[in-house]
Formats: sequence, C-alpha cells, structure tokens
Amino acid sequence: MLNNQGRSTQPAEAHGAARETFTGNRALDIEESLIFDQNRFDTTGVDVDEPAPFSDRLGGMSRASELELPGLSEPEMVRHYVRLSRKNYSIDTGMFPLGSCTMKHNPRLNEKMARLPGFGDVHPLQPQSTVQGALMLMQELSRWLIELTNMSAVALSPKAGAHGELAGMMAIKAAIASRGEDQTRKTVLVPDSAHGTNPATAALIGFDVQSVPAGEDGLVHPAAVKEKLGPHVAAIMLTNPNTCGLFEREIVEIAAAVHEAGGYFYCDGANFNAIVGIARPGDLGVDAMHINLHKTFSTPHGGGGPGSGPVVLSERLAAFAPLPFLAKDGEGLKLVEERDGNQAFGRMTAFQGQMGMYVRALSYILSHGSDGLRQASQDAVLNANYVRACLSDIFSQPFGDRACMHEVLFDETWLKGTHVSTLDFAKALIDEGFHPMTVYFPLVVKGAMLIEPTESESRASLDLFVMAMRDLAFRALRGDEERFAKAPRFSPRARLDETRAARNPVLKWKKREAWAEAAE
Amino acid sequence: MSTIRYTKDHEYIAVDGDIGTVGISDHAQHALGDVVFVELPAIGKKLAAGGEAAVVESVKAASEVYAPVAGEVVEVNAALEDTPATVNEDPLGAGWFMKIRIADKGALDGLMDEAAYKEFLKTLD
Amino acid sequence: MRYLPHTPQDREDMLAKIGVASIDDLFADIPKDKLLPGLVDLPRRKSEMEVERTLSAMAGRNVSASSVAFFVGAGAYKHHVPASVDHLIQRSEFLTSYTPYQPEIAQGTLQYLFEFQTQVARLVAMDVANASMYDGSTGCGEAVLMAHRVTRRRKALLSGGLHPHYAEVVRTLSDMADDAVTTLPPDVQAQEDIVAQIDKETSCVVVQSPDVFGNIRDLEPIAEACHANGALLIAVFTEAVSLGLVKAPGEMGADIVVGEGQSIGNALNFGGPYVGLFATREKYIRQMPGRLCGETVDANGKRGFVLTLSTREQHIRREKATSNICTNSGLCALAFSMHMTLLGGVGLKRLARVNHANAVKLAALLESAGVEVLNRTFFNEFTIRTKGDSAAAVEAMAQRGVLAGVPVSRLLPRAGLDDLLIVANTEVNTDEDRTAFVSAIKAAQ
Repeated sequence: MLNNQGRSTQPAEAHGAARETFTGNRALDIEESLIFDQNRFDTTGVDVDEPAPFSDRLGGMSRASELELPGLSEPEMVRHYVRLSRKNYSIDTGMFPLGSCTMKHNPRLNEKMARLPGFGDVHPLQPQSTVQGALMLMQELSRWLIELTNMSAVALSPKAGAHGELAGMMAIKAAIASRGEDQTRKTVLVPDSAHGTNPATAALIGFDVQSVPAGEDGLVHPAAVKEKLGPHVAAIMLTNPNTCGLFEREIVEIAAAVHEAGGYFYCDGANFNAIVGIARPGDLGVDAMHINLHKTFSTPHGGGGPGSGPVVLSERLAAFAPLPFLAKDGEGLKLVEERDGNQAFGRMTAFQGQMGMYVRALSYILSHGSDGLRQASQDAVLNANYVRACLSDIFSQPFGDRACMHEVLFDETWLKGTHVSTLDFAKALIDEGFHPMTVYFPLVVKGAMLIEPTESESRASLDLFVMAMRDLAFRALRGDEERFAKAPRFSPRARLDETRAARNPVLKWKKREAWAEAAE
Repeated sequence: MSTIRYTKDHEYIAVDGDIGTVGISDHAQHALGDVVFVELPAIGKKLAAGGEAAVVESVKAASEVYAPVAGEVVEVNAALEDTPATVNEDPLGAGWFMKIRIADKGALDGLMDEAAYKEFLKTLD
Repeated sequence: MRYLPHTPQDREDMLAKIGVASIDDLFADIPKDKLLPGLVDLPRRKSEMEVERTLSAMAGRNVSASSVAFFVGAGAYKHHVPASVDHLIQRSEFLTSYTPYQPEIAQGTLQYLFEFQTQVARLVAMDVANASMYDGSTGCGEAVLMAHRVTRRRKALLSGGLHPHYAEVVRTLSDMADDAVTTLPPDVQAQEDIVAQIDKETSCVVVQSPDVFGNIRDLEPIAEACHANGALLIAVFTEAVSLGLVKAPGEMGADIVVGEGQSIGNALNFGGPYVGLFATREKYIRQMPGRLCGETVDANGKRGFVLTLSTREQHIRREKATSNICTNSGLCALAFSMHMTLLGGVGLKRLARVNHANAVKLAALLESAGVEVLNRTFFNEFTIRTKGDSAAAVEAMAQRGVLAGVPVSRLLPRAGLDDLLIVANTEVNTDEDRTAFVSAIKAAQ
C-alpha cells in the first residue's frame, strides 16, 4: 500500500521576520485582502441603468435568495488584481524550469492576433458563410500539425491535453468496436512512469489498466511489452520522449509488436516539443497522439488553463475522429457536425474547441516556420543537456550520465546524509529568484527533480541558474540546514500548511463570526 | 492478550480471539506524512485476504489499505473521519481502522510478528 | 529567430561544454532512419509584420458580432466586457504563470481562485464550487460521472430542453463507459413530464434552465422526485447572467449545478476557450471533479491559499481518480471573477434586468409583427417560428446586417423543427438592432 511520495505538508514552526511596518506592507510587497473583506456588498463598478418599468415574462420564477457579491469601483478593482498579480511567479518574471510543463516564452503577437474581432468576436453558431476565415485558420493549423507529425488527420476540438488523450483513446475504442472486438480487447498497457492522466483516461472509458515496468535504464523494452501483449490488449500508452526526459529508443519495435498483436499505439505528446521538426510520430508507428498547444506551441498557461489538446490520428484511426470536423465544401470549408455518413464517435465538447488557442498556436508556428521550429527543438535539447553537463558532477542521475532530451532528471541520492530533502531544495531555489523544477515526478524516481529549461533561456540565464544550483548544493552538503528548512524566506508567503487545508477544507469565504456579532 | 502481526504492505492486525483489529504501522504513517482522510469500509463487508479494505490519504498520496487476512468487517473506527490525525499520533492504538471477524486464523501464520517486521523494515530503503 | 536567444557562438560553446561535436549527437537515441533529413516541406519563419498580415486577412473574412445587429446565442452570448478585464488578465504574472503548485509564489492565482469559488457558490446558491472546468458542456459530462459515483448507479436521464451539444457530450462519454443514457425528445415549450421517467435505477436527471429554447423551468418538483428515488438533480445553465434575475438552482434543490461562465468576462472566441462553472453540496465534495483551492495559514500564521483535496485527482490517484482532468480554465475563470467583482450582486441584478427587458421588447415587437414566439417564459432568449426554413431566413437576414439567431436545425438536424429559430437579446442590443431584426425577418419571409 505504501506510497513513498508522502512527505511533511505542515510547516515546522513560525520563523518569519516580523514585519516592522504599521501596515504590514513592505514597500512593493503589499498585502491584499479578499474582495469579500472590503465590505462592498451594495455597490457596483459598472454603469448599468435600471430599465424602464415593464412586465416581466419570468412566470414567477424570480430569484428569491440574496446575491451577496461585492462590487468594486474600477480603481479599486484594478488595484486589487494588480496587487494579486505581484504575488505570482511567471515565465515573464524569470526562469521557470518546471519539467514536463514546458514554460517557454509566450509571444505577445499571439495575444494580439487572438483578439482580432474576426477571431475573438465571432460566435460558434454563426452561419458558416460568415466564418470562412475562422475555418481557414483551423485548416491551416491542421495542415501544420499533420505535416509535423506525419499523421493522416487531426481532431482539433479537445479542450486540453487530458481531453485530447480522452479523444484519442475514444477513437481507439471506436475502432476496436468497429472490428467487433470491444468485448475482448479491454486492456491498456501503461508504464509506471506515465503521467497520471494516462491511466485515469483509460479507466474513465472502461479499459483495464495494466502497468509495464521500465528497465534499469529508464526505458520501456520490447520484451517487457511483448510479455503483456495478446488479443485482450487494446492499446499501449507511451510518452515519448518519456517523463524521465529520455527518448524511447526501441519505440519502433514496440509499435510493431503492438500492431502485430492487433492493438493501437497511443503516444502521450506532452513532450513532443523536444522533437518537432526532427522526427515525426507517424514515422515511429504512432496511431494517436495529443499535442498540448500550451506546451509545444506556447499558448499561455494562464495560471492553470485554458489549454488545448488537438489529437492527431493515423490512417487506421482517421475515420474515428470526434465531431465536429472540417471538410471541403465547394470553394469553401464546412464543419461537419453530424454523424450522418461517417464513423465519428461523437462530440467531445459543445462547439469546435479552443479557437483562441488555435490562433495563438498558428501565430507561433508561422512566426517560427519550419526552420524556426526545428531550431527551437534543438535549442530546448541543447539547454537541458547544458544544465546536465554543468551539474552532473554533484547532482545524481538515476539512469547514469547520458544525453537527455528537452529535460534533465536528477534524483535525491546525492542528498543522502544531509537533512535536506528534494522539497527543501526546491523551496530554497525560490529564495534565489527561480521557480523550482518539477519535484517528485516521475513517481518511479525517488525525490525526483525534473528540469526543463526550454529554448527561451539565454546562456547567461542558464549560467546564473546553474551557479545558484551549485551554490545551494554546496550549502546542502556542508550542512547549512537553516537555509533549507526555513525556505522560502523572501516570498509573499512562507510554507503553507497543506495538512490543515485538507483536514478542515475551507473552500469559500464566510463572514467571520466576530463581524456578524459586531454588526448586530 | 492480543498478538500482533504485520504484512509487507505495512498493515497490522492485532488478534484477540476471533476478532482482528486492523490498522497501519508506525512506519507507514510516518512514510505517508500527515493523514488527512480515511475512507472506511461498510460494516458487514466481507474482505478477501489482500483485498482493498480502506483508503488512507495524506496531502500528497492516497494508498489502499488491504485486509491482512480474510474476514468480515464488524466495526470501524468512525472517529477517524473527523480526526484523521489520530492515525499519525497513535497508529497502533486509537488510530485503528477496523475490526474484522477472522475467517481462518491459520492464515495469520503467513504474516510477520513484530521482530520479523522490524527486520523486514531494515531491508527497505 | 526573434524568440530564440542563442547566437551560433553560444551554441558552439555549449556543445563543447556538453562534450559533443554537434547537436545531432544529442538526438542519437532516435533511430537514424527515422530522423528527418532536412526541414519539413512548409514555409520558413515570418516576421511579426508578415504573420500579422496573414492572420488579419483570415480574420477579415469573418463577420464579427460587433459589426452587425447580433442575436446569436444558444450556449454562448455576446455581452459587453469592461476594458479593465481584458487588460488585467494579460498581466504577465497571470497570463504566463503555471498551475499554482508552489503556493508560496502563486498566492495571486490562488487567492483569485478562492474568490472565484466563493462568487460561483453564491451565484448558484450552493455550498461549494470548484476552480472551474473546461466549459459548460464538458462540466455537464463530468457532473453525470460524479452522480454515478455518488449514487453507485449508471443511468442518466436528460431533459429534452438540454442543449443538444451538451446531451451529445454526455452520450459520447456514457457510450464509451458503457453507461446508460435516456434523452427525452426535443421539448420546445417545456411540456415534458420528466418526473414520470425517474425510477430506482436513475442516477441523475439533467435539466437546463433557462433551457436551450429559452424557457425557464421550475426544478423544485424534479428535485423532489429525484430525491424520493435516490437520484441526483443536475441543474445546467448556459447563460450565467440569468442568475441575477431567475431563481437559482440551489434554491430549488439541485445537487450538482454546472454551467457555462462565458457570458461574464469572456469573449465569444468562436467557441472557446470558455469556463465551466461547477458547484455541489458540501457532502459531495470528495466526489467532485476538478481542482479546489482552500484557505490555510503559512508558517508565520498568515492567511494563505493552497490547492487542496488533490488526492481526488489524476496525478495522485491515477486510474482511481475521480476524473482525468488535469487543468482547469484558469485565465477564463479570472476574467469571470474580475467582471463579477466589478458587477457585484447589485450590478449583476441590474444587468440581468436589462437583458430581460430587452428580450421582452423584442418579443413584443415580433408578436405585433405577427411572428409567433413559442415561449411562455424566457430570460434573454426565446424561440420563434419562421415561415419556412429558419436556416434560410438566417442567411437572408445576414445579407441585411442582422445575425438573427441559431436555427434549431443546426443543433437538431433531424428533429423536424426546421422552422424554429432561437433568438438571444442582451444588453448590447439597441432599439435600432431590434427594429432592424423585425424588418429583416419580414423581408426574409
């Protein structure tokens, strides 16, 4: 039963420097209360006039309950959010080497393009004759995604990476059903190192998940896969490059074995950004792969979404795409929205997906072009290997010192004997002005530190990061535990008590009792 | 007097007559971190040996608790639902999960006693 | 390439430090015969100016909502978004941050999520709301799955007033998971007897109000029937502004409320990104999908916020997770929250009344022009009967600068409802727009 990723989630004790100001603020670091604490429940910050008296047509279904929501004037509202924003780290603030998440620069041209009225201010159900330009954009994006992956078709509509995974696995399930094997092929193979979304997705639509062990070298080997193959296997879900930052060298043989056994090969495209313009999943035997537009093609992460997860499909799966999809219609284009005369398995979402993200992604793609995309992948891999080369004498690598793809993985072996954990180390990095790397993922490596610098970092930026990492490492090895146990010391908040949050969930603001009493 | 036995999955069962009190070991609570939620089985549920009996969650991890031996759930420690911290504070005492009526006491022989479990823990890491 | 900082010299120096002769050596794990020999056969990089020219040309071929008299709704609505909202969501620290996994340096995101959850819970009059879903339709699919987990039953019953796309999303998911779904026939005038269809195997009943045809439905008797049978009521809305005026689902006994939040703070965007609102009763928190933000304190005792109850989620539970969802719709939730912070309860109620008043005006104008309005009740959207095919009427009216609405045949092509048109009317529509609508529809038929 034991999950070895458990760790302390309660900060040890109070230790912060007292705020020696009247307000509790410190220059630019300003405390900001919740909008609900500002006692503005009977004001509004918009100018809307009451309509002239009229008789309503609500049939007596008027709202009876209170709508107690604060309304701030524009200056108050602007200040509230500007102050909040300053408590966030972002890619525009500094290096954000969060492995597996691909925090690269978000070009502002893309924002401008997405806000053109012809894209931002069109309705999904307008007559198709009035949105031909929007359909052209979707087709142009599709052309690029298909070419870059050498696949047969793409379904754009999935709303995020996990949703794209779901679309891909649904296409596989539909294809299997069309072969009459839906009652027999029910197993999906997933390596232990996979993203949690992979097994969750397969289980969601009724597949049994069976894990495949990786070898000592962090890679999945054909022998381990073949052992599990059979007429009951629907598919394998592999991430390539994998979550340890390594390219699955034997992917072609694995794909062939899966195909031979009658199964499909789902590739988690989370790390496609390492190989864009260098190799194509279609050439490797992939049947379906989602592409995280917010990773590979740099649509902004926005503090946790919105994402976008188009899924590319091989010839064997192309017919089983979700609705709606694009088709030629005389001189123009049309969205096919119905199941008539096709094998589409159904609809993933209302409307046609994340148009705002399609525009941003295409803007990014056209800006880079075929040459720039290839260069970006090369620089991403170069940067990760540079970090590796600069740290590998101190930091331990779980699979030996070997070239990685776009991210480099260290484990906690090198910290043995110190009282510093991976988590402490990550928190100390915050004090140095960096966002921490991904920690404790992938789960197969103890105390994992997964570093993805991305192609956006200059050499000077990487050098500073490397020096900070080395300095912290020396301090950890020298026994300077203070620095780590109390980290982060300079952030808007010290370590937070996650245990308390989970044991007694407070998920919305409530009037404090003291206030209620005072009001009486 | 009860005797206590451990599994390789770090559950314990303290046996008193036909009834076994099941929980997780001190090592397990420590490795999990602060326990924030415990999901207990329904009374009367029949558990197979090694079958899923309960779920214990810390902030960063969720783990199944398996039945050390087969049996029927006769009592659960409902207090854990409000004070899951008890699992951390007193895993072998007030932090117990459930009591089961043991189907076959002979099955206990396949488990480790305290000394063997301590040896087993040394082999981990 | 303007986004890539390295010079050729940098690259050379770095390769030397790594100890390889060329960049190709770093890709040695890829089978040689699978490496692309050169660039893919697509255009080379473009300057900002060139990209802008290309994309603007495409954008120019679309008719934007602001450029015409605009009455299209049925799940997405044209509302005025205050300028401050779109400006502020583009602040670097909001736009280019990640999911707040390091709470010490993500309090900005976490605090607005906490505020968002509170706003949503109060708006729909429920105990708790999550940090958002992809959109209303996917939220609807997740709500059905959640009801299955809570009731341990696997049969959903969908109202004929539910947006057909939402129903299709639920059906797709249910077919794949081998769950049962019954969808009642299209119910244009809210006359179905859904209560009669509930039985002891029903996991949940999904009812939308205002429904896709604009009717306002009384959920209370449906909630009672659900609870008498051990089923859950899932209340759906696609027009969040309606909650300023219409009885909230939480007032009528809903167990799960799911809706589209696009109307507040977010642009039309041709269908996305939008923001799904999702709320439920306290007792079901642990079965709820999606992210949750909770209040706590830091090591110095100061109030702060963290993502919490994440053991429900895929990255920990893997195949046992409540959902495969990884992300939420953070930036759209922020836009929603900002706009709501400007509106407040006072402003939202007033905005809702303006919407309703405008729709009442248009309905009266149409009725006096001899056009049949099918609804007995509505908020800001209703269904009319056109003479002949409504899709043809819409095309004809578009020629006169009026985008008149959504033909029911676009959503339900084989329902035999080809003469019906769903018409939305919000605060953006002026008296001139309404006059233009009436004359265009007269001319079109």
